[in-house]
Amino acid sequence: MEIFGIPTQALFGQLLIGLINGAFYAMLSLGLAVIFGLLNIINFTHGAQYMMGAFCAWFLLERTGIGYWWALIIVPIVVGITGVVIERTMLARLYKLDHLYGLLLTFGLALIIQGVFTNAYGSSGQPYRLPQEFVGAYNLGFMFLPKYRAWVIVLSLVVCLGTWFVIERTKLGSYLRAATENPTLVQAFGVNVPRMITLTYGFGVGLAALAGVMAAPIYQVSPQMGANLIIVVFAVVVIGGMGSIMGAILTGFGLGVMEGLTKVFYAEASNTVIFVIMVIVLLVKPAGLFGRER
Amino acid sequence: MPEAATQPAHDARATGDAALLRVRGLRAWYGESHILHGVDFEVRRGEVVTLLGRNGAGKTTTLRAIMGMVPRREGSIVFDGEETIALPSNRIARLGIAYCPEERGIFSSLSVFENLLLPPVVRPGGLGIDAIYDLFPNLRERRASQGTKLSGGEQQMLAIGRILRTGARLLLLDEPTEGLAPVIVQQIGRTIAHLKTEGFTILLVEQNFRFAATVADRHYVIEHGRVADMIPNTELATKMDKLHEYLGV
Repeated sequence: MEIFGIPTQALFGQLLIGLINGAFYAMLSLGLAVIFGLLNIINFTHGAQYMMGAFCAWFLLERTGIGYWWALIIVPIVVGITGVVIERTMLARLYKLDHLYGLLLTFGLALIIQGVFTNAYGSSGQPYRLPQEFVGAYNLGFMFLPKYRAWVIVLSLVVCLGTWFVIERTKLGSYLRAATENPTLVQAFGVNVPRMITLTYGFGVGLAALAGVMAAPIYQVSPQMGANLIIVVFAVVVIGGMGSIMGAILTGFGLGVMEGLTKVFYAEASNTVIFVIMVIVLLVKPAGLFGRER
Repeated sequence: MPEAATQPAHDARATGDAALLRVRGLRAWYGESHILHGVDFEVRRGEVVTLLGRNGAGKTTTLRAIMGMVPRREGSIVFDGEETIALPSNRIARLGIAYCPEERGIFSSLSVFENLLLPPVVRPGGLGIDAIYDLFPNLRERRASQGTKLSGGEQQMLAIGRILRTGARLLLLDEPTEGLAPVIVQQIGRTIAHLKTEGFTILLVEQNFRFAATVADRHYVIEHGRVADMIPNTELATKMDKLHEYLGV
């Protein structure tokens, strides 16, 4: 069977890869959007924290025998705590300054973290064994869907929509949205805004680490894995619009699929298509597809 | 202190209890600019007090300094017997002071209902949602609207309504009548009178002293970051000339 002269196997295969990439784009850009919304800081360390998540999972499995399922819970907490420490000791000093300072600090931190991991583990990747439960694939009739890839898409959808729900539909989320608009006033109502900011950064970092754990069995666990991904994720955030939660999710998945389809129809452009879209969006709608003009 | 020694002890306690808020030598800065140069005044329990003065005299900064919302402040602000000058604003709010800013501070990413529920309840005894809707029926009709889609008057009602829930006993209202139609101003005036009967203590910043005269017990005139005068509302008529001079109207 063929569609536009492309075998359906290849089409759906690339679509699936696109969705998987999109799942990671969505989770990472979601964390960036949440952090930017409240802290006004573009967290360049995000890629390194994603990589730390993957390494932390690998380390747990190799050194202590703690497997994938526990890693899904332990790793975001551990890496999230390192985020809390970074926020308390460094970022908290920068809020009154220009965005640029936060960007420089987090960029520097990313380089340091990547450097330390490269020093310790070299730049070649470490494989992470797929949990036994996920070996195999579902036969969907028109294609085979590896079990683990299906799981990644489902889990990332659950996490993204769960985060969206908490922010847009709960009392806690209303504090967060209000503090994004006017932190001084929210604090004057009796909310401990500095603590909320710290926990929000920790949460965003934890989200990156969770994506890292999920990525470990698919990609090689390597010190550069975050640096390669984060540039694309920043393009996703620019396209979606900084500070929009649903925008980050939809754009993440959408661009992943777009990238996958480009691979089918014109493979040479697949690495650049997102940046071409970014340029077009910036020309037409500078605040991003879902962003509000400030 | 010989004066204090001659005073009966119970008198001292009575005056101590009467002043819910006592501000002494309050100085405040925004960056390099020194706005307040030693403000002294007090608000007794159950009173409605206004701060009058020209634009830029330091009225809003006084409220924000009480609330802990200025970058730097010195002096003494005692609320209900507790010194608050060194506390962060969230701790001050938790003591039972609530603030309604001049620009109203309605959140555009929240619905009217979410705006109303936003300020946490800091102590028991606040108004229920229904009591607030009874005061401001418009808010009930528009509960699902986006906060900033309301008219100016409705936004003001929302800004006042949401701090009545919290159980705070001292309300700081910054120019609640600014830019509103006369009929709305009257409604705000009735609300303030009603809140006074409910036992709220209110510190009001006003440009419109005709409005202030209808609701307040006493007026402090602020000039160049200091209190220039105190006028009881009963003496307002006789001191009108002086007040005109202060306000330059």
